[in-house]
Amino acid sequence: MKRRQFNQALAASVASLGFPSVVKAQSQKLKVGIILPRSGYLGFIGQSCQKGADLAPGVIKQMLGVDLELMNADFESNVDTARTRAERLIQEGANVLVGPFDSGAASAIAQVAEQRGVPFVINIAAAPLITEQGYKFVFRNFQTAGDIVRNGLALIGDLFQATNTVPRTAVFMHVNDTFGQAMAKGIGAFMPRLTQLPFKIVDTISYDPAAKDLTVEVSKAKAANADFLLLVCRLNDAIILRREMVKQRWNPMGIVSPGSPGMYEEQYFKTLGKLSEHSISNVPWYNPKAKLTGVVEKAFLKQNPKDKLVFHGLNAGFTFEACLIAADAFKRARTTDPKTLADAIRQTNITEKMMLGGPIKFNEKGQVEGIGSACVQNLNLLPTVVLPTSAATAKPVFPVPGYKKT
Amino acid sequence: MGFDLVANVVVAGVLTGLVYGLMALGLSVIFGVVRVVNFAHGEMMTVAMYAATVLFAMLGLDPFVVALPVAAAFFVFGYLLQTALINPFITRPEHSQFMLLVAVAIVMVNALLMVFGPDARNVQVDYQLDSFEIGKILIDKARLFAAGAAVLTATGLFLFFRYSLTGKAIRACADNYLGAKVVGLNVKKYYALTFGLGCVCVAIAGCAQVLLVDVTPPLGPYYTLLAFVIVIVGGLGSMGGALLGGVLIGVSEALAGLFIAPSAKSMFSFGLLIVVLLFRPQGLLGKR
Repeated sequence: MKRRQFNQALAASVASLGFPSVVKAQSQKLKVGIILPRSGYLGFIGQSCQKGADLAPGVIKQMLGVDLELMNADFESNVDTARTRAERLIQEGANVLVGPFDSGAASAIAQVAEQRGVPFVINIAAAPLITEQGYKFVFRNFQTAGDIVRNGLALIGDLFQATNTVPRTAVFMHVNDTFGQAMAKGIGAFMPRLTQLPFKIVDTISYDPAAKDLTVEVSKAKAANADFLLLVCRLNDAIILRREMVKQRWNPMGIVSPGSPGMYEEQYFKTLGKLSEHSISNVPWYNPKAKLTGVVEKAFLKQNPKDKLVFHGLNAGFTFEACLIAADAFKRARTTDPKTLADAIRQTNITEKMMLGGPIKFNEKGQVEGIGSACVQNLNLLPTVVLPTSAATAKPVFPVPGYKKT
Repeated sequence: MGFDLVANVVVAGVLTGLVYGLMALGLSVIFGVVRVVNFAHGEMMTVAMYAATVLFAMLGLDPFVVALPVAAAFFVFGYLLQTALINPFITRPEHSQFMLLVAVAIVMVNALLMVFGPDARNVQVDYQLDSFEIGKILIDKARLFAAGAAVLTATGLFLFFRYSLTGKAIRACADNYLGAKVVGLNVKKYYALTFGLGCVCVAIAGCAQVLLVDVTPPLGPYYTLLAFVIVIVGGLGSMGGALLGGVLIGVSEALAGLFIAPSAKSMFSFGLLIVVLLFRPQGLLGKR
C-alpha cells in the first residue's frame, strides 16, 4: 500500500469512527430524545405526552417507512433538570430532541440545543420568546401564548353568542410560572382590543402552580363577586382550586380557561368525578374527523387498551406530531447530520395532520402558524368539543347547571 | 375588603396552622429531650399520609380512624429508630447526627417513589367538601376536624409530660442528662420513648393533613423545612411554642396572600423567621 492509499484508508476509518451517527442515519434510524416531565407536579401531563411519543415509531414506520428510536428522559418538572437531561440525551447520541410540554423547560432546552447544534422540536410550550431568539435549531408546532389567548378569547365570545349569555365581569386567576405569566401578558394585551367581549376583568390573582392550598386565593376570587372565573391553570392546582370552590360554596356562571392545560386531563376527571363537569377549556385540540386521528387512535388503543385518546388528545397529539415532523425531515434529509436535518425541518409541509388548523409549515422563526383551537367542555365525564360548530360533537352548556344566572 | 373575607381567611389560617403546629410539635419534643434535630421529620409525615391513603383505599377507613393504628405503628418505628440508629450517634458530633437523619430522609423519599410512584394520592371522604356556616364565615369541615385532632393530641401530650411519671422522667432526662443517669433513669430508653412520641405527633398530623393536601413523595422536604421554620419561630424545644409558631405561620401566610400577593405568601413565613431570629433568637416561647 502506498502512503497516499494508506492515508485515504485511515481517513475513511477515522470518519466512520468519528461520525457514527451519520453512518447510522444511512441505515434509516433516527434517535429521538423525548424529554418530558413524567414526575413532579407536571407528572400526569408528562406521562400523557409520553403516550403520544410511544405510539409514534409504529405509526410513523407505517406512514413514512422511517425507523425511530426513542430515548426517553424525565426532567421531573424542574427546569435545571431539563437542561442537564437535554445535555445527556445529546451526549448519548440523540439526533433530535422532542418535548418538553413546559415553557420554562423549553427555554432551557432550546439554549442547549442551539449551543450543541441539535434540532429541537417543541411539542407543547407557549411562551412567545422561545421562537423570538433567532435560534436556528429550535422549532415549535404549538401556538404561542398570544395565539392561544387570541383564539381562546375569541372562542369565549363564540361561547357567549352560542348560549345567548352576557356575563359582565370575570375574575382572572393564573399560575405564576413562565407559561402563566406569558398568558397573563397576552390577556392584558388582547382584552382591550377585543371589544366584542361583553365582560371586564375585575380582579387578577396569580398563584404558585405547586401550591398545596388555595384557600386564600379562592376566598379572594370569590370576594370579587365576578360572573365567571377566567382561569389559566395546570393540572394539580386546577384540582385543588375546584375543590376549594365547592368548599367555599362559590358558584360563578362557569370556569373558562382561555387556553391552559388541567381541566381536560384524565386525572382531573378521575380525581374530581362529577365536580369536573362543565369546566371549559379553549385549547389547541385534535380534529376528531381527520384521517390521521383515526390511525393514531387505533395505535393508542392498542398500546393503552384501558385508556381513551380523548383524555390525551392535546398532549399525545402534539407530541406525536413533533415526532412526525422529525421523521418527515429525516426522510427527506436522508441523514442525521444536525444542520441538514434542521434545514429539512425548516422545509416541512405536512398536510395530513391530526391537530386542528392548517398544514405544518414553519416560518423563518421556526414557528408553525395557523394552529386551531376548540372550545372543549367537560360533558358526561369526557372532554367534548362544543365549538367551533364544524368540529363540535355537542352543544355548549353555559351558565352551568346549578350556577347563578345572569 | 370585607370583614367576612378577612375573617374567613384568618380562620382557615388558624386551622391550617394548628395542623402545622402538631407536625412541628413532634420535632420540638424530639429536639427538646434528645437534642437531635430530626431532618427526616417531613418525610415521616409523608409516610403517615401515604399510610392513611393506603388504608383508605384498601379498607375505606377514614383518616381520623386510621390515625390511631398509624400513630401506634409510628411510635414503634420511632422507638426502634432511636434505639437502633440514633442512640449510637448521641455522643457523636452534631454534623454526624444531621447527616444520619438526612440520609434517613433521602431513603424515605426514594422508597416512597419506588413504591407509590410520583403521582399525587388523596382520600375522598363524604365530609371533605362540606363547610360549617357561622354567619358569613365558612369553616371547612375537614380542616376543622384536623385542627381539632391537632389540639387534642397536643393537649394529651402536654398532660402526659406534665402529670405522668414517665413524662416527668423524660423531662428530667431533658433537663439534666448526667443527673438523670445518676438517679438511675435509663436515659436511652426515655430518649427512644420520646422519639416514638414525636413520631406519634407526626403520624396524627399526617393523617389529618391528607384530608387537606394531596400527597406526593417530594412533599417531605417541604414539610421538614416548614417544621423548622415553625419551631424556630415558636422556640425549639417548647411545646406551646410549636403550636403558636404553627398558627402564626398559618395566619401570616394567609394574610400575606390576601393583602399582598397569594403567589408570594410563603415569603412571609420566612420573613417572620428572620425577624424572630434577629430580635428573639431563642424563639417566641423558647428559653435562653
